Amino acid sequence: MTDVLVCIKRVPGSSGQLLLSADEQSVDARHVGWTVSPHEDCAVELATQVASATGGTATVLTVGSADAVEQLRDALAVGCAAAVLVEADTERFGPADVAAAIADVVRAHEAVGRVYGLVLLGNDAADTGDFQVPIRLAYALERPVLTSISTVEVAGERLEAHGDGPEGEEVFELPLPAVVAVLEGGVLPRYPSVMGRMKAKKVQVETVIADREPVGSGRVRLSLPPEQPSQVEVLGHGADAAPAVVDLLERLGVASR
Amino acid sequence: MIVVLVEIEQGNATVVSREALTFARDLARGPVHAVVVGGSEVGPVVLAELAEQGVAQVHHATDEWLSTYAGAAWAALLVDVAQSVDARVVLAAGTPRGMDVLARVAVRTGAPMAANVVGVESVDPYVVVRQVVGGSALEQMRLDGDLAVLSVAGHACEPVAVAEPTTPDVTVVSPALSDADLLGRVVRTGDKAVDESAAITSARVVVGAGRGAGSADGFKDVLALADLLGGALGVSRVVTSLGWRPHHEQVGQTGSRISPDVYIPCGISGAIQHWAGCQSAKTILAINSDPDAPMVTRAHYAVVGDLHEIVPAINDELRRRRRG
Repeated sequence: MTDVLVCIKRVPGSSGQLLLSADEQSVDARHVGWTVSPHEDCAVELATQVASATGGTATVLTVGSADAVEQLRDALAVGCAAAVLVEADTERFGPADVAAAIADVVRAHEAVGRVYGLVLLGNDAADTGDFQVPIRLAYALERPVLTSISTVEVAGERLEAHGDGPEGEEVFELPLPAVVAVLEGGVLPRYPSVMGRMKAKKVQVETVIADREPVGSGRVRLSLPPEQPSQVEVLGHGADAAPAVVDLLERLGVASR
Repeated sequence: MIVVLVEIEQGNATVVSREALTFARDLARGPVHAVVVGGSEVGPVVLAELAEQGVAQVHHATDEWLSTYAGAAWAALLVDVAQSVDARVVLAAGTPRGMDVLARVAVRTGAPMAANVVGVESVDPYVVVRQVVGGSALEQMRLDGDLAVLSVAGHACEPVAVAEPTTPDVTVVSPALSDADLLGRVVRTGDKAVDESAAITSARVVVGAGRGAGSADGFKDVLALADLLGGALGVSRVVTSLGWRPHHEQVGQTGSRISPDVYIPCGISGAIQHWAGCQSAKTILAINSDPDAPMVTRAHYAVVGDLHEIVPAINDELRRRRRG
């Protein structure tokens, strides 16, 4: 039996126009809404698969504002059984702070007998893209860590993980407990059922207050790349534009194989 | 002093590693040290590529234990080299391996790390500019301390050769490794085809398709266009999320980052997720029914209308001209 902890982060959606807060310290998500990184969608799917295959449970955790309960409920709706909100002012947090906050929860749960054989995270967060939390967490917990992993299988006290390397598929083996950072692409996240959503609403979310003074992220300010004025040349409308398109492809030297 | 991890693929320093070397050279204004892992010797091709990048010294790890990838062991090596030359910066391309190794270096040394760096504004202390939100925003970030760990965003700069190539010294290095350093080692390679995403990252032409394809059966015409142009098919995330096409064809923040000569996105709106992966294309020809879609307004050229009418017409025109 392997109990799995899967860590997610509430991040702005990626389907609309990006705006920044007036103080240039954060993304203003008013037009894009909130979601989790695609890597984390896959991590949640893998967490529920491993838990189900081994007779364990999957617990979802996030470090963030009280509003991040929305993302915890989404994970509960697709198979996680328990949820932990580490409430924190994450605008002041860097990757080392997030990793330390997660490690504190893992240790606290271990102290009362809730031991996670596997901790899953996304490779990096869709907003900050630090690529450090999984590794900092693993080192804090003194556990081995793999990143950019597509699929995992647990057999007894060992883990087999698959990922894509420069020369093809790579297979890793690790003893448990371990930390694994997941890259999108190995599994298709499931959609929540109505039943799943109803069940998720009833789960009591454990709330912890992060009480460490953060070391911070080093952020000075955010900016948006200057938007270039559109200089698009419209070649035409509909199928009638085909000759103009092929003329262009010929000029660019790519019309022949 | 700057130490750069150089990744080798099929007997060459990777393009992104050579980009990282150019970036390091501009930043260092002095000798750049390269770290190469694996093989019994640094081949003449790689050595010439490093010389063209102005590398002063190559630190080559030949240990059998390092011949297959092990992130912690590679990090131990980089830390050893960085300490031996009193480096101020450890740097690598922002590849999965580069990021994996650098994050471990940061933890082992207590140094701050910045991922996906595109520029450096000052060096004392280091203030860098890096991509966040998939390149849709930039973060100015300060790194305090004696050592800074930086990954360079792909295509942040072109690899530029120095006017007079150097003659790098090659030193064999062998880090002291613990059992823990070798725990996450690749134990074997799997059956899956070699790097399936290579087709879209190396193609001169990529034809893109999004939700506008309509269904898993809606890719026949875009595939035919890609084939006629000797290119590859790239798709948006919604397409892979719906299971219509495999993930290795996905272009975007969590898919492949492409930089073809020509990108032809068909029925792709140009959301943040997708734009992050295709913005380095040299020419973009958008085909879209919405003339105000971000992909259209950011493109160099556009055709407005239904891709299911336009793409077959382009295919017919290409075939007609080839028949002469």
